Amino acid sequence: MSATVATDCAVSLRAVGKSYANGVVALDRLDLDVRPGEFVSLLGPSGCGKSTALRIIAGLSEPTSGEVIWPRPDAPASEREIGFVFQEPTLMPWTTVAGNVRLPLDLQRIDAATAASRVGAALARVGLADFADVYPRELSGGMKMRVSIARALVTESMLLLMDEPFAALDEITRFKLNDDLLSLWESLRKTVVFVTHSVFESVYLSSRIVVMTPRPGRVFTELAIDAPYPRDQRFRTSAEYGVLCRRASEALAAAAEAKPDPRP
Amino acid sequence: MSEEPIRLQGRAENVLRLALPIVLLALGVVVWEFIVHLKGIPPYVLPAPSLVFATLVSDWPILSESLVVTLVTTLEGFVLALIGGVGLALLFNLSRLVEYSLYPYAVILQVTPVVAIAPLLLIYLPQQAAVLACAWIVAFFPVLANTTLGLNSVDHNLVDLFRLYGASRTQVLWRLKLPSALPYILGGLKIAGGLSLIGAVVAEIAAGAAGAGSGLAYRISESGYRLNIPRMFAALVLLSVVGILIYFALSFLSHLMLRRWHESAVSREA
Repeated sequence: MSATVATDCAVSLRAVGKSYANGVVALDRLDLDVRPGEFVSLLGPSGCGKSTALRIIAGLSEPTSGEVIWPRPDAPASEREIGFVFQEPTLMPWTTVAGNVRLPLDLQRIDAATAASRVGAALARVGLADFADVYPRELSGGMKMRVSIARALVTESMLLLMDEPFAALDEITRFKLNDDLLSLWESLRKTVVFVTHSVFESVYLSSRIVVMTPRPGRVFTELAIDAPYPRDQRFRTSAEYGVLCRRASEALAAAAEAKPDPRP
Repeated sequence: MSEEPIRLQGRAENVLRLALPIVLLALGVVVWEFIVHLKGIPPYVLPAPSLVFATLVSDWPILSESLVVTLVTTLEGFVLALIGGVGLALLFNLSRLVEYSLYPYAVILQVTPVVAIAPLLLIYLPQQAAVLACAWIVAFFPVLANTTLGLNSVDHNLVDLFRLYGASRTQVLWRLKLPSALPYILGGLKIAGGLSLIGAVVAEIAAGAAGAGSGLAYRISESGYRLNIPRMFAALVLLSVVGILIYFALSFLSHLMLRRWHESAVSREA
């Protein structure tokens, strides 16, 4: 693969490898183009390095080889605004919901009035406008995750990285948050990279699924999910959804069987 | 949800928690008083509680003066322990080299009995400074150890989040590390409060033996030499009261600072 700079991408990974000091190779020559405005899922079994890939995009982890290509490569890392949603809600327990959502703005020293209005807007988007002054411990798991999403939205960054955000939630809450996430994505036109090990979730949400192989993580195949948005309960119960899920399942099973790439 | 043991209703339980120790104390005092009178025990062997109380009142001018001296030393030692403990922990957190170099000595200071250090300090330092140094030596370590633990217990995801949003070192310290460590720091302070009193008392006793000093502990050893046992008891009661007050004050402070968010201070509904 040549290292052409794909300027029309929101972000690209070129032959990215990551190995740890203990010898574990998490990623091996991973190529990924994230196109602006798409909802792309990285689907793979646990331990396939999909979270590592997300952390490398976010700049939280350095690739051992390969590179991350940004549309404006000269912009400093701090200006590549990214919203990141962790697997856990990752809230500061000592401050209120509003305080948590305001954190990215506080760190960037944005003035109080602007911050307050943006925090209010972000909380309203996730349906938590009435909970601004509540402490995180008083919230349910699903509501905590909404706070976490509001915090990722508050910087108004165009790229949203989500690392199995709903994995720990019960199914009803998960479906509800899936729906809410989709309507947020449609109204805000953000680019979402969503890591999951759930076939059903990835098919329901994504416009494209990237299936990864385990140990070392590489792109095994890609599936375009062409079903039109908005998607809702009807899509979830449609025959088309069933067919797509089966295809994604088969791809995932095949990826798990795949031999490591023999390329030198 | 875990099964809670069957508990008494909230208010009834609170009353019991307060009333039971008081009833027990009253009972003990009554029995003590009764036995002293019944057996005719002389006051230089065991003074009756009523006599101890009378001495507390009659000797109040002397005792209150000593109380202030001990209180001031304890508070100074406590504040220094707070500054020294948290300060050193922050320094250790910033630099591994400093931590590796100094931590063993902090441990050595802690494990060497302060009773053994006090006479030496009294040789090299002015008496007031020596007493203060003793209070500090015993009190700073729990603050240091707890703060270090707290600073190392920061949620790794939150650290990542701060990095992602380009937080400066000062922002990480003030907005993440110190708030995360706060429950641990407060726990350390609760221990340090009692210990700084102990350190002050130990040093006063050592200093008293050297013929100087006027704190409560000095009054105790002085009264001992004079066989003024009632005053010994009176001074001892005052010391205990000071210790209890320090403990409650720090518990209250901790409750105020944590009640909104920390599991240890939040009341649960059954």
